[in-house]
Amino acid sequence: MMSTRMEVLDWTRGEEGIAYQTCPACAGLWYFLRTFCPCCGRQNPESRQSGGTGTVHAVTLVTRAPGDELRPYAPYLIALVDADEGFRLMAHGDKNLQIGDRVRARFATLAGRLMPYFERIAEQ
Amino acid sequence: MSYITGVGLTPYGKHPGRSTLDLMSEAATAALADAQLERRDVDGLLCGYSTTYPHLMLSTVFAEHYGLTPTYAHAMLLGGATGFGMVMLAHHLAEAGVARNILVVAGENRLTGQGRDSAVQALAQVGSPVYEVPLGPIIPAYYGLVASRYMFEFGTTEEDLAELAVLMRRHASMHPGAQFKDRISVADVLASKPIASPLKLLDCCPVSDGGVAFVISRDRTNDFGVRIIGTGQAHTHQHVTAAPSLTQFGAAASAALAQSAAGTNLQDLRYLAIYDSFTITLTILLEELGLAPRGQAGQRAREGYFNQDGELPLNTHGGLLSYGHCGAGGAMAHLVETHLQMTGRAGPRQVRDAAVALLHGDGGVLSSHVSLVLEAVR
Repeated sequence: MMSTRMEVLDWTRGEEGIAYQTCPACAGLWYFLRTFCPCCGRQNPESRQSGGTGTVHAVTLVTRAPGDELRPYAPYLIALVDADEGFRLMAHGDKNLQIGDRVRARFATLAGRLMPYFERIAEQ
Repeated sequence: MSYITGVGLTPYGKHPGRSTLDLMSEAATAALADAQLERRDVDGLLCGYSTTYPHLMLSTVFAEHYGLTPTYAHAMLLGGATGFGMVMLAHHLAEAGVARNILVVAGENRLTGQGRDSAVQALAQVGSPVYEVPLGPIIPAYYGLVASRYMFEFGTTEEDLAELAVLMRRHASMHPGAQFKDRISVADVLASKPIASPLKLLDCCPVSDGGVAFVISRDRTNDFGVRIIGTGQAHTHQHVTAAPSLTQFGAAASAALAQSAAGTNLQDLRYLAIYDSFTITLTILLEELGLAPRGQAGQRAREGYFNQDGELPLNTHGGLLSYGHCGAGGAMAHLVETHLQMTGRAGPRQVRDAAVALLHGDGGVLSSHVSLVLEAVR
């Protein structure tokens, strides 16, 4: 998992992957990209690739879209998902997702934007 | 030591053709008259922001427009916490001797000054532009996420949330300046249009035009004895994705600082003015502040605990949910109502005793917290 920044795919740059960062010095772990560790201040944190699985922490079904671009997709579900690596992210997901569900990310394009989209992992 | 020596409040709702500066000016004039002061007496100016009039220097724009030449001016941007944040700053400026009479003013034609989508999109920008906004949340969606988790943890129901909307509307029905005055029932809230589950239209505050101002002074200027005795803040995150918890926010820490500075505790409180952008916001704040047990804010409201004649009257003007929300000025109406209650001027809404009040505001997604303790003195 010692990937360098260039190898890590990041949906916010239009790539099919979820990136997160860790600090080799203090073991801090977070989602929003930075050039330093927000826990201890060390420069050059490591960027890593999430495996894309996690647990649903919170959900909301959005009926009222913010504008014309997304209106055709409403209602859509937005979730906060606790990724198994230990960070939390916001994403879209199936309308039937519930808190506590185990989920896996795929990537969907809504209104021309690539974004993570979570589906429930089928029971064994 | 500082006193709130005057207050001014316009009705909230639609003020077609009135600008940000018009609404700020009207409120400022009312507040100065209430404080029995003239423009030349104002040496400090604090103002909020306006989404319909975004400007780098709103405080000096207003000072020039209104005819003030203060020796301290400052525009604050702290979302919904701006109003009480300005009160805290004014209190410290007065105590430090930086200014004698500080005019605190906000106003915005948020409802009629822009299209509906513009307002919704401007507000959604409190989210992360990279990690959240592209997903298409709206402000109620950020709070819908919080609500889903909070309800999951503490068993709060949609009926419980609705009770707070019903209470705010009942209070607003007695205030001629409220944007919405027609009484509603729990069933009405539950049947209102879905926005971002579990929040429905009547769980959400409206977008309003309005203006509000007060004067905070080092010395009393009139017979009103309303003193600021404690202030506190806490800031734990900006974005809901980065919130350390969706069940514990900064409210308790902020209020503890204010209560400690004031030398008061929960048993001393007689009146509450609590931020209520959504029914879930009010629920969480009441419960985190210790004003209702976890999961029981709705039940307390149902039992009349927060009524005008209840144990702890709450937002007797109708709050953001029914008096209205014009942005930076939204929660400042809570303070105006507190002042009217403390000075016995609330008319048909007057409570028996408002000797000590706790005011609490939040900005962002329960991100920025400001608490104030006010005391009525003879």
